[in-house]
Amino acid sequence: MAKKLGLKERYALLTRGLDWETTYQPMDAVFPYDSYEGIKIKDWDGWADPFRLTMDAYWKYQSEKERKLYAILDAFQQNNGQLNISDARYLSAVKLWLQGITPLEYAAHRGFAHAGRAFRGAGARIACQMQSIDELRHAQTQLHAFSHYNKFFNGFHGFAHMRDRAWYLSIPKSFFEDAMTAGPFEFVTSISFAFEYVLTNLLFMPFVSGAAYNGDMATTTFGFSAQSDESRHMTLGLEVVKFMLQQHEDNVPIVQGWLDKWFWRGYRLLGLVGTMMDYMLPKKVMSWAEAWGIYWEENGTALFHDLGRYGIRLPKHHEVAAKEKQRLTHEMWTVLYQYGNALSLHTWVPDDEEIAWLSEKYGATFDTLYKPRLLFLRAAEQRGERYYNNRLPMVCQVCQIPIFYTEPDDPLTQCVRIVEAAATRHHCCSDGCADIFNHEPMKYVQALIPPQQIYRGEAGGARDIFEYAAWLHLERDVDTGEYRGSPDQKNWDAWQEAHKTKPANAA
Amino acid sequence: MSIDLKTTHIEPLRRTFDHIADKLGGDKPATRYQEAVWGLQPTLNFHYRPTWDQSHTLYDPRRTAIVMKDFDDLVDPRQYYYGTWTIQRGRQQDSQEKNFEFVEKRGLLTALDAQWRDRITRFVLPMRHVAWAANTNNSYICAYGHGAPVASAAGMHMMDELGVAQYLSRAGLMLGDNEPALLDAAKAAWMSDVMWQPMRRLVENSMVTRDWFELFVAQNLVIDGLVHPLVFERFDARLIQHGGAVFSMLSEFMVDWYAESSRWVDAVIKTAAAESPANRALLEGWTTHWLAEAGAALTPLADYAFDGEGATLLAELSAALRARVARLGLTITG
Repeated sequence: MAKKLGLKERYALLTRGLDWETTYQPMDAVFPYDSYEGIKIKDWDGWADPFRLTMDAYWKYQSEKERKLYAILDAFQQNNGQLNISDARYLSAVKLWLQGITPLEYAAHRGFAHAGRAFRGAGARIACQMQSIDELRHAQTQLHAFSHYNKFFNGFHGFAHMRDRAWYLSIPKSFFEDAMTAGPFEFVTSISFAFEYVLTNLLFMPFVSGAAYNGDMATTTFGFSAQSDESRHMTLGLEVVKFMLQQHEDNVPIVQGWLDKWFWRGYRLLGLVGTMMDYMLPKKVMSWAEAWGIYWEENGTALFHDLGRYGIRLPKHHEVAAKEKQRLTHEMWTVLYQYGNALSLHTWVPDDEEIAWLSEKYGATFDTLYKPRLLFLRAAEQRGERYYNNRLPMVCQVCQIPIFYTEPDDPLTQCVRIVEAAATRHHCCSDGCADIFNHEPMKYVQALIPPQQIYRGEAGGARDIFEYAAWLHLERDVDTGEYRGSPDQKNWDAWQEAHKTKPANAA
Repeated sequence: MSIDLKTTHIEPLRRTFDHIADKLGGDKPATRYQEAVWGLQPTLNFHYRPTWDQSHTLYDPRRTAIVMKDFDDLVDPRQYYYGTWTIQRGRQQDSQEKNFEFVEKRGLLTALDAQWRDRITRFVLPMRHVAWAANTNNSYICAYGHGAPVASAAGMHMMDELGVAQYLSRAGLMLGDNEPALLDAAKAAWMSDVMWQPMRRLVENSMVTRDWFELFVAQNLVIDGLVHPLVFERFDARLIQHGGAVFSMLSEFMVDWYAESSRWVDAVIKTAAAESPANRALLEGWTTHWLAEAGAALTPLADYAFDGEGATLLAELSAALRARVARLGLTITG
C-alpha cells in the first residue's frame, strides 16, 4: 500500500519542486523586477505558503461556487429581482461600485499577474497568480450582476468610457495605478496587505452588507461568494509583509514607509465608501464613524501592535483619521451633491428620518455643522433652486479628491498644503498626501488632474462643466443630478405601483 | 401540452452597456462573454509611468510589434470568462480524479515494465518543468498583453499550465509509490542530462522574450504545439503498444485541454494575421524562428523516447504545425 504524503510535503513537490535556478539565462534577466526596490531576500524558501491549494482543488471549489452564483444571477434576472431593492436611490451605491470598484478588480487581475511573473520565489508567484485569476472572477461576476440593473436604470451604461475620464473616478484609478506602477513588493504590500488585509472590511462590509440590507440579491450573492477568495487574499497579504520583515532588518524602514503611504492612500479612497454608507443607503447598516472605530481603531491597530515585534509602528497620520471621522462623510457628500451635474449617479438631501439617524450617529458635530447646511440646501431645492457648483474644483495632487476637507483641529477651515517639485507648485489636501508627494515627487508631478486637463482643452475641448459632462457621455438630469424627479425615480415609482397590483412572478 | 407560465414583463431601457453596443454596432443583446471582456482594460489617462519600466505606460500597446486597430478583436472562440472556464475545468478535474483513483485502486501502474517506467521518468516527467515555464510565460502575457480578451484568456491558460505541471507531478508520484524519488530524478535530468539541455536552453530563452505576442507564438503555438503531440499523442500511442495504456488515463486532461485550448491559440493568431501584411510577416518570422529552435531542441529527447527516430518524428510534427498555421494564413517554409 502506497504511503500518504503529508499535505505540506505534497504541496511543496507540486509547486516549488517545479522551479529551478536558470543557467542559460541569468536569474536577474529572467526576473528583472524583484530587486530594484531594495527589499533584501536571503532565502525564498522562508516563504510560508499562505494557502496550500493546488489547481485540482482550486477548480473543484471554484466551480462549485460559480455554479451556485450563476444560478442565482439567472433567477434574479428572470424574476425582475431589481424590483425588490429598498429604493432606487440605493442604486447610486451600485453605480459607484461599477464605476469605481469593478475597474479596480480588473486592475488587480493584471497587477497580480505582474507580481505573479516578477517574484523569483515559486511559492509567491503561485499565490499571486491565483489572486490574479480570482480578481478576474470578481470583475466579471460584478459585471454580470450589474448588467441587469443597467437594463432598467440610468447611470450604469457608460462606465467604461467614464472610468478613464471622469474626475471622481480618477480617485480610484490613480490609487490603483499608483500601486501597479510601483515595484512588485510595494504592489503586494499596498493591495494585499494595506488594502485587502487592513482595510478590506471597510470596503466589503459596507457594500455587501449594505446590499443585503437593501434587498439587492445580485450584489449580496457575489459578495458572499467572493468572501472565501478574499480570506485567501488576506492571508497572502499578511504573509508577504511578515516575509519581508523576517528576511532582513533593512526591509523594515522600507515596509514601514509603504504602510504609512498606503494606509493614507486607502483611507482617502474609503472616504467615498463611507459617504455611500452614511448617505446613499436607504437602509443603513452602520455609520462610517462606527465602522472606522471597529475595523480600524480596534482590529486594524491590534494588527499593527502584533507587527510591533518586527519594529513596525502605527501608520503616520492615523490620529488625523480619528479626528476626521465625525465629519469626513458629511464633507464628502456636500461635494458630491454640488458636483452632481458631473456624476453618473444621483444625489439628494437626506429626508427627515435620515437626518435624525445622522444626528443620532454623529451628535453635536452633525447638528451644529452639517445639518444646517443640509436644511439650507433642501430649502433652496424647494424654492426650485437646487444648488449645483458650476465651477471646477482644485484637486489634491495625490489622492485626486477635490480640496475641501478641513484642518484636523478646525472643522471650519479648509485644509490645503502646498508642495513643490520640478519648479512647479502643487496642492495637497492633507499632511498625509503632502508626505506621499514629498517622498516621491517625480512620480506625483506626473499625475493627470482632471480640472487642469479641462482647462488645457484635453477633455474634448469642454469649456464648462456641462460640456465636460457631455464629453463624459452623461445625459443631463437623466444620468446626473438630483434624484427627486429623475427618470430613475419616475420609472421606479411606476414599476412599484404596477407591482403592487400584480406579483412579480404571477402564474 | 405546454405549460403557459406568465411573468411580469418590464420593458428594458437598453440591452447592454454603451461600449458593448458600439462594438456590436447597435444596442443588441450581448453575451456574458462579451460583457465580461470587451472594453474592460483602461485605454487612456494613465497617471504614472511604471517604475519597473519607464519606457512604457501601463497597458502600453507598444509592448508588442503587432498592431491591431482594436485588440478587443482577439476574442476567444471558447467564449471563456471565469465562470464558464472554471466550471469546465471543474468537470474535467472530476473525471481526471476518477482516473487517478481507478489507477491507484487497481494497481494498474505495477503492470508497467521497468524499461517503460524509466522512459516515462526520463522523458515525460521532466515535461512538468516545461509546463511550469509555460505557466510563467502566460503570466507574462496576462500581465503585459494588450486588451482584456487576450489577457484574460492568457490568465486562464497560465492556471491551466500549472494544472498540467501538477497533474504530471501527481503521475510521477503515483509511479514512484508516493515517494518523491522519480520527481527528483526527473528534475536532475532536466538540470543536467545532456539530452535535456537544448530544451532547457530554449525554455530559458523564451522566459526572457520581451514582446508578449512573440512569446505567445513561441510558447502557446510552437513549444506546446510540438510538445503536446510528441508526448501525449505519439509517445502515448507507443506506450499503449507496450502495455502502458494506463498512462493515457493519467494524461487524459492534457489531451482534451490541448485540443480545446488550441482553438483559442489558433483564433488569436488567425485574427492578428488577417489584420495586416505587417502582422502576418511578424508572425511568420517568429513561427519560423521558434519552430526551428524547438524542433532541434526536442530531437535528442525524441531520439531517446523513439529509439533514434527523433529527427523523422520532429520533421513530421513540424510539418503538421506548418499545415496548422497555413490554415491560419501563415506561410512557413523550411
